[in-house]
Amino acid sequence: MAAKKGTVPFSGTKEQEDALMKAINELKDEKGALMPILQKAQDIYGYLPFEVQKMISDQTGIPMEKIYGVTTFYSQFTLNPKGKYRISVCLGTACYVKGSGDIYNALMEKLGIVGGECTPDGKFSLDACRCVGACGLAPVMMINDEVYGRLTVDDIDGILAKYE
Amino acid sequence: MYRSHVLVCGGTGCTSSGSQRIIERLEKEIAANGLSEEVGVVKTGCFGLCALGPIMIVYPEGTFYSMVQEDDIPEIVSEHLLKGRVVTRLLYDETTKTDQIIPLNETNFYKKQHRVALRNCGVINPENIEEYIGTGGYEALGTVLTEKTPGDVIQILLDSGLRGRGGAGFPTGLKWKFAAANDADQKYVCCNADEGDPGAFMDRSILEGDPHAVLEAMAIAGYAIGASQGYIYVRAEYPIAVKRLEIAINQAREYGLLGKNIFDSGFDFDIELRLGAGAFVCGEETALMTSIEGNRGEPRPRPPFPALKGLFQKPTILNNVETYANIPQIIVNGPEWFASMGTENSKGTKVFALGGKIHNTGLVEVPMGTTLREIVEEIGGGIPNGKKFKAAQTGGPSGGCIPAEHLDVPIDYDNLKEIGSMMGSGGLIVMDEDTCMVDIAKFFLEFTVDESCGKCTPCRIGTRRMLEILDKITKGQATMEDLDKLEELCCHLQSNSLCALGQTAPNPVLSTLRYFRDEYVAHIVDKKCPAGVCKDLLQYKIDPDRCKGCTLCARTCPADAIIGKVKEVHMINSEKCLKCGACMEKCRFGAIYKE
Repeated sequence: MAAKKGTVPFSGTKEQEDALMKAINELKDEKGALMPILQKAQDIYGYLPFEVQKMISDQTGIPMEKIYGVTTFYSQFTLNPKGKYRISVCLGTACYVKGSGDIYNALMEKLGIVGGECTPDGKFSLDACRCVGACGLAPVMMINDEVYGRLTVDDIDGILAKYE
Repeated sequence: MYRSHVLVCGGTGCTSSGSQRIIERLEKEIAANGLSEEVGVVKTGCFGLCALGPIMIVYPEGTFYSMVQEDDIPEIVSEHLLKGRVVTRLLYDETTKTDQIIPLNETNFYKKQHRVALRNCGVINPENIEEYIGTGGYEALGTVLTEKTPGDVIQILLDSGLRGRGGAGFPTGLKWKFAAANDADQKYVCCNADEGDPGAFMDRSILEGDPHAVLEAMAIAGYAIGASQGYIYVRAEYPIAVKRLEIAINQAREYGLLGKNIFDSGFDFDIELRLGAGAFVCGEETALMTSIEGNRGEPRPRPPFPALKGLFQKPTILNNVETYANIPQIIVNGPEWFASMGTENSKGTKVFALGGKIHNTGLVEVPMGTTLREIVEEIGGGIPNGKKFKAAQTGGPSGGCIPAEHLDVPIDYDNLKEIGSMMGSGGLIVMDEDTCMVDIAKFFLEFTVDESCGKCTPCRIGTRRMLEILDKITKGQATMEDLDKLEELCCHLQSNSLCALGQTAPNPVLSTLRYFRDEYVAHIVDKKCPAGVCKDLLQYKIDPDRCKGCTLCARTCPADAIIGKVKEVHMINSEKCLKCGACMEKCRFGAIYKE
């Protein structure tokens, strides 16, 4: 399990830990509480490093192997920190037939990372995502919560520049 | 009382194109013009015509403005709302074809639609329970609790012929009947809002536009089967839907429409939200329940069916959002009304999410039995850029591609199955001649490989082997024996996988093989991609008769693969060419082609 510790050192604060404990205490008596707890924890820390999973395990009595099993099963849980600006390109069918694959490739080239990675300066991370449900605007990408639709490859530089 | 209402779409599509900013600006301008007492702004759910968002309708006139920008607002307020002069340049062009502005429901996009599940979407403010009640909301629940027995309710559903809108099309009444027949101290009603099919967004639009319809139907279900607790399992990727559901649940509790002793009938029912975390397999019923229980969302073998042992090992029914949205209407209008729409074995309407290479992308609801041609050509407005229709994909990764020869088949559960696709949740992606069918099959297999939960071997390994073969085909490295192997694998997956994800994973391959076999053969034998998509099989060439020697392509090429002097015919060095297509896009003389 130690090998699964991230390459980025864990730097949680006391406030984050307090928030997590509060969330766990609110939720732990509900049936099937693990998923909501993990979602809260990811909201608090931005990701779910080994240390956070361990705190949840200690506090709830749910064995670590089950927690690790659940965090690695669902694509929205991440064990590594994301960039300050999280780019996700929709590779759902509607976007795909309208060329979102080209957008995704161009972003990988421009940022010098592959999908799932984060730029070395911690600024951008890139992921492919399933349908965001804005198919009317295909092809679509999101940067944090902002949606960019009707994209062409030529739009990318201008959009990235907004976040420089 | 307002003399005028401005409805602005607050669905995900229009919010993405800035409708929130438009609403804020609108309110500001209205106040600045002293119209706050006279004009009300309502943020509604999805109107359906997402391609033209952000969308705005002004009532009582019913003026339909499309692609409204923030800067257009002052003009709309000062001209239309203040002086009563319609801003014609912003009108949806189809409403202005003749001298007279035609009403929205007579435009091609809307006139063949019949809205049951979507009836309130784009009409009411989904964050206000009174607007739902004002359009007849919670009347069905009241009737059921005060006048009907649980048995009556189930009989109404059986008589209506309603079938599940989430994929397989199982009769809803029958599902409820099974669960009602099983005795237990606790039963559960679940709602599947884990809309995972890429390109399908009707459930999201219903949750965003009319969340109370789903809550009301779930309470009715609770009464029918004897459950007091409901769960809605909703995708975390739908933040607006989650927020509106939370608001709706709280308001329903406040009004005593959820909670203890609803309508003084002694019936208790409450609903909790559970958020998904991005696993497609959780749309499968047993996997969804496993996930609510706080585990890895892996499916389990059936039987026992959820009606006997479902969530937390208790009798459970699970229905999809769109299915629920139909139910209050069936109770209010009667099963005969519902059964009068549709075909022999598929009653009512179906919502489709139209997407891909089509003019009017968006959400449409049509009676079952409408043909694909009506949807694509009339409602959808056909294919842009003068291209030819090639296929329509329905049913997402579990469905198939329907070719032009079947455009006139009336769409219902059974017909779609017969022609090798399925209803699925109702995504309908249109593809034109530039789409490679092998590439599409590969796209869906990549999806299933990624989303296979890994519990059963046929799906975990089988999908991967299929993808490898498809990859070889798109690279021109496959043989005809590989094609036989691919078909054999398809059979194994269909018959041996644990859940529907694996059992239906071969459908995209089988349906494209059935209708577009020649494309597969072209990739394998001729090493050509007829649609010009698969890069490894493409070569960019310059037509010497058209090339003027302007050097633009050579200057554009990122790989310096184009050689030629000014005013002389240029050539592409195929060894250096990256096949990025930049030269073809830039050429002003159409001299560059690919083959």
